[in-house]
Amino acid sequence: MRVLLFGIAKDIAGAPFIMAEGITTVAELKVWLYKQYPALQKLRSLMIAVNKVYAADVDVLKPEDEIAIIPPVSGG
Amino acid sequence: MNTLLQINNSITVQQALDFVQTPECGGVAVFVGNVRNVTQQKKVTKLLFECYEPMALLEMEKIAQHTIDKMGIKKIAILHIVGEKLPGDTVVVIAAASAHRAAAFAACEYAIDTLKETVPIWKKEYFEDGAVWVAAHP
Repeated sequence: MRVLLFGIAKDIAGAPFIMAEGITTVAELKVWLYKQYPALQKLRSLMIAVNKVYAADVDVLKPEDEIAIIPPVSGG
Repeated sequence: MNTLLQINNSITVQQALDFVQTPECGGVAVFVGNVRNVTQQKKVTKLLFECYEPMALLEMEKIAQHTIDKMGIKKIAILHIVGEKLPGDTVVVIAAASAHRAAAFAACEYAIDTLKETVPIWKKEYFEDGAVWVAAHP
């Protein structure tokens, strides 16, 4: 599945999106991300959005979902 | 439509004010956020704003709808820029109109506070000796 990246998360991964396979929940995705990109563990927070809505760790991911990594926001 | 939500390279206070203007509202409050020229005693040279636009618009819609459903607001505009901005440039404008002033003041404060917590927009601050994503680290 394709995972969109923004802000500092995009800088850490070095790309605006990455591919992740064999992942079925938000919690699994976070574990995978922290392993692939340890620098993400140092952030103040890391949220996952599924289909443009903040998701909980228990939420299930489907291949067709639009998944995005949301590092700490700082608008305004 | 009672809400104007925009993410753009350029925004103005006037477009927000024009949108919320209505004869049923006696009070209009406006919040304007500008680029500050200094952060923790360091000179800021520019800011870069990045945005997950479709989700940001949905989160802005939730904020706007809350002020209408729960706070007595009749019309509200929330405008935010993306891209590079210089000190003094306007980056966010919120205008809220209500029958009486108290609701308009409260809605502006609620809207900017919530925007800073929930809307997926990120700013990178550039200094003379480097750059940081604001609030990324504890």
